[in-house]
Amino acid sequence: MAKPTEYVKHIESYVDSSSSPSQQAASVDALAILLRNDLLTLEALVRELDLYLTTTDSIIRSRGILLLGELLTQLELKPLSDAAIHSLIGFLTERLEDWRALRGALVGCLALLRRKTDVGVVTENDAEAVMKSYMQYLQVQSMGQHDRKLCFELLECLLERYPNAVQPLGNELFYSICEGIDEEKDPQCLILAFHIVEVAAKLFPDPSGPFASYAADIFEILGRYFPIHFTHPKSEDIGVSRDELSRALLLAFAATPLFEPFAIPLLLDKLSSSLPSAKVESFKYLGYCAPMYGSDRMAKHGGALWSSVKDVLYTSPESALSVESESDGGMIFEESDIMVEALILLEGLMQQNSDLLLDMILGDEDINNFICSFLKPWDIHDTPLQLRQQLHSVGRLLAVSAKSSMASCNRVFEKFFPQMMEALGCSVGNHSDESFATEDRALSSRFNYEAVSGNAQSSFAYTGVKGLQLLATFPRSFAPVSLLLFENILLKLVSAITSNFDKKFSWGLELKALVEIGLYIEGYQESEKAATFARIVVDKFVSWISSDEPAMPLSLKMQAICETGMTGISNMLRIVQGMEKAISAKFTQAYVDGNFESVELVIKVLECYSARVLPWFEMNGGSEEVAWNLAAIIWDKIDNSSSVNLTVQNYELLGAAMTAMKQAVRRCSQESQEKIVNRAFRVLSASTLFPLKDSPFATSLSNSEDSYLNHHVDRVSCRDEWIISLYASVVIALRPQTHVQNLKMVLQLFIMALTKGHIPSAQALGSLVNKLPSKTNERHLSQEYGVEEAIDVILTSSIWNFCQSNTLRKCSLFGGGNEIHNTKCLAGLNHTSVHISAIVGLAWIGKGLIMRGHEGIKDITMTFLGVLLENTNNGDFPESCDPIEGKEQEVIPLMKSAADAFHILLSDSEDCLNRNYHSVIRPLYKQRFYNSVMPLLLSSTRQSNSIITRSMLFRSFAHVISETPLSAMISEANKLIPLLLDSLSTLTEDVMHKDVIYNVILVLSAILMDKNGQVAVLENAQAIINQLIGLAAYPHMMVIRETAIQCLGAMSELPYARIYPSRTKVLQAISKALDDPKRAVRQEAVRCRQAWASIASRSLHF
Amino acid sequence: MTLGLINANPVVHAKKKRVARPLDDPHADDAVDPLEIYDYVRDIRDPEHPYSLEQLSVLSEESITVDEKLGRILITFTPTIQHCSMATVIGLCLREKLKDCFPAHFKVDIKVAPGSHADEEAVNKQLNDKERVAAALENPNLRQLVTECLYSSEL
Repeated sequence: MAKPTEYVKHIESYVDSSSSPSQQAASVDALAILLRNDLLTLEALVRELDLYLTTTDSIIRSRGILLLGELLTQLELKPLSDAAIHSLIGFLTERLEDWRALRGALVGCLALLRRKTDVGVVTENDAEAVMKSYMQYLQVQSMGQHDRKLCFELLECLLERYPNAVQPLGNELFYSICEGIDEEKDPQCLILAFHIVEVAAKLFPDPSGPFASYAADIFEILGRYFPIHFTHPKSEDIGVSRDELSRALLLAFAATPLFEPFAIPLLLDKLSSSLPSAKVESFKYLGYCAPMYGSDRMAKHGGALWSSVKDVLYTSPESALSVESESDGGMIFEESDIMVEALILLEGLMQQNSDLLLDMILGDEDINNFICSFLKPWDIHDTPLQLRQQLHSVGRLLAVSAKSSMASCNRVFEKFFPQMMEALGCSVGNHSDESFATEDRALSSRFNYEAVSGNAQSSFAYTGVKGLQLLATFPRSFAPVSLLLFENILLKLVSAITSNFDKKFSWGLELKALVEIGLYIEGYQESEKAATFARIVVDKFVSWISSDEPAMPLSLKMQAICETGMTGISNMLRIVQGMEKAISAKFTQAYVDGNFESVELVIKVLECYSARVLPWFEMNGGSEEVAWNLAAIIWDKIDNSSSVNLTVQNYELLGAAMTAMKQAVRRCSQESQEKIVNRAFRVLSASTLFPLKDSPFATSLSNSEDSYLNHHVDRVSCRDEWIISLYASVVIALRPQTHVQNLKMVLQLFIMALTKGHIPSAQALGSLVNKLPSKTNERHLSQEYGVEEAIDVILTSSIWNFCQSNTLRKCSLFGGGNEIHNTKCLAGLNHTSVHISAIVGLAWIGKGLIMRGHEGIKDITMTFLGVLLENTNNGDFPESCDPIEGKEQEVIPLMKSAADAFHILLSDSEDCLNRNYHSVIRPLYKQRFYNSVMPLLLSSTRQSNSIITRSMLFRSFAHVISETPLSAMISEANKLIPLLLDSLSTLTEDVMHKDVIYNVILVLSAILMDKNGQVAVLENAQAIINQLIGLAAYPHMMVIRETAIQCLGAMSELPYARIYPSRTKVLQAISKALDDPKRAVRQEAVRCRQAWASIASRSLHF
Repeated sequence: MTLGLINANPVVHAKKKRVARPLDDPHADDAVDPLEIYDYVRDIRDPEHPYSLEQLSVLSEESITVDEKLGRILITFTPTIQHCSMATVIGLCLREKLKDCFPAHFKVDIKVAPGSHADEEAVNKQLNDKERVAAALENPNLRQLVTECLYSSEL
């Protein structure tokens, strides 16, 4: 026996409200161990507790009773004498009236009532006393959550464990249940409450008993919770999931048929909701409750139920085409959850009372008419999606009906099957489609057989309807189909594709079906069928390329051809052969005569090559032969023709040919590329572009050559333009290792062409300087030029003279001398366009250099800056009243192109100088350039005092920052932001700059959003806000206004003290934006206004 | 049993999908249309339930008319039940929201749908009387309720 001192300290520790929860738990455990090991008897403990249990201090009393309750919970498995249990339960029952110390009594009662029979249980009389005390004293809804939960657990336990004790209480019990669960909102308590209703309802099944009179009240309380809707975002927080709760409510609903008069109307009412989850829940509950309520009770709702099921399944079926069914002709549906649940309900109802429901289904006029309408010949492809969904639903409906029993199956069969068979025969005649018909007959006879033999009866009706649909869904089911039949099907499909091209949807399906068949054959290595496929489909399609038959649009033809080709390598090769032939046949015609149809055809074929065929070969590991052949064919054709007519289509053709050439060349190996480039050079050197081909080129062109070039370029013939464009395309796509012959001549030629404004030549020059080997020792033995030499040749050319009279050259020679000569500037006004072309060309060359990180870029940048500065700094172009007004017209475009050159330098281009075209790309080249050019730009901006120069410098600045990665600039955001704002205010002066403004404001918004930019933003908050307010009303471009307002909205997140002074100003500006003509701006304005208004208060008064 | 909610279990409808507007002529002006107004008001929370007015079918796009030339907006809403004492609160919310979202020159009329409310005339009168609206919004309780409905994040 333990000494009193041992356990008294535990008791005191527990009762003492100042001890921590862990101490209290430890004391309970210690006492429980003592009791369990019989070191302490319960009697002794109770005697010791005496004062704690009865004191008038309610806090101590409640602790005392709670201790008793906790101990009883721990001793659930310890045998106790009946007398002890009786006296304990008696005491605790009494304490239920003591609301101040309720929890202990609840815990204790619960522990005693839950005891197992072999360790001594509470008698029924005592349980009844507990129940009575419960009903008399407990006001469940006025308690806290945990106490409510305990009360519900107690009630649940009483109902489950002591049904005989609670049964006599009848009405009072239900009154107390209603009172207890009404308005309950806690999910954990609700689960218990639902379960209590369920148990209670099962306890009193008598339709005239006490439950019956309370059923309406109880259901009113329960019904409010349907459908269960959780506002808690996470169910983990509350320990109960929505599904558990819903399940408990479902069980309560279904607990007794007495709920039927209330539940069914409620559930039917909720079906009218358009919320899918509510519908799903309603069907689920209906499906579960229907069998529980029994067929008699459900019979009177039959009509309403059928109409709601029909509504969901037939009137507005919400099934989605399943992903794979797209290719099968679009007849496999994935049913929505609602439909699944509705079908389950229907199934349940059919099993319960099949006659009634079947009468309704079979007698339903809509369904009958619908089926009849499909017994006429029809074409699946012309059927709108909704009709097909309905067809699918009706099929499911009949299948479910037929499934329920033999009798119902027979009825469905009798009603519809003869009609269907007849219709199938009918469709054979009118469809003039033997292969489909055979297929269908086979299917129907199989269904027939199944129906007769009585096996798998359930599926026949469903499949019977489906049989009609199977017209389009066949590829996979072809395994047993004979070759002849296969041929017929292919022929049929091909003819359908040939004639049906005006019906876009069905055409696509037919083509997909063919592609599926092709893939299927390829996948299963069926050589016979593959041969048939190639013969019937591929060859047929290939023959279309160059013939006028069939009369379908060319783009569709090409689509059909490419897609069938992609089914396999052999098919693709056939198609490539066909396309090569077509190009050979038509190219000359297209290119020499400009024959409209040939041009169109060749363009399409070439596009097809570059967009589909070549990538396909690359993906599927085909040889480079295809690419090589294409390039070779084009060069042959060019070589063999002598003159070209220049038309608009011809330019399109040239574009397509260039793209195809680039795509083809870039996929070739180094050797093939060298072959192509040599072949191309031969054509080039034979052209009229090379009168000088034998004359030696000096390292620098003389001034007379300058004039010669300008004159010469003007006269470049169309054929020459073709040749040089295609040659440029080849050069752009070369690998760095590929050797280019006669590089010097090529360079001169490109320089000449770019002064004419020929961009591809400029791009080719850029690619060349990008890829040429940089040092002599790395160089191929055969390579006559390295990048240094190439740059020498390029930069010494006289075309740059206009800007700096060869400072460019001096810069590179004397290490960046900054002197600016202006001797030849604007020597002749008619040269402006040539100069602009030269600047653009120089920009592309610079891009090539910048990407490989070559030093030469410095000179080029200086050239651009020189153009920007020189026109004004020497007073040639004062701010106003220039006597030579014409000059402004000349100078501004020139300066603009110099500013835009920075855009070319830094932006990514799709046409050349990217990874696809094997460019040499040095990591972080943009960052490096940014760091080197920014100081130059800034100092120039500070020095210049002409408005135009400043705006042009800011334009360059804007190009640089918008193309440089944000991470490179953000560390200097502090310096950058004032500049940004300056540039914005300068650029807004002229409409010409609107695109650039947009780019700048995007950079600004990126800085606003970036964590690292926050400090800088904060320091310049006022200035930024002022600038943004101005831009919010920028009249020339909507996106600028929109972005400005978005940025303003983001500014509202800054610390209150910083931005509060601007609040009124911003709100006034934004309320003007509320009236903006563009909706997107208005919407942003509403958001922004809300954000700014709420930084002070919710009210918008200001 | 207890006097709690006015409509304890309203029928809830699905939110309609927000359809992105087709990109119209970038140079033309976008007139204010019912859909734009609806987009602003559809997510106002019901004063009684954690559902939006759209979910409870109190509002629909069709119930809004707008005349941009005259600068008039008319919204007709349908309370969930005839005796809904929340109708005026809903109306106040609508008025507040539109005041925030449109420039001041629009005149906003708010009405309950004919036949949908027992005190139709009284409610209409109350909602379109600016003195009464101003007075109502000075009542701190009402103000708070309106603010909660407008800016609730419960939805």
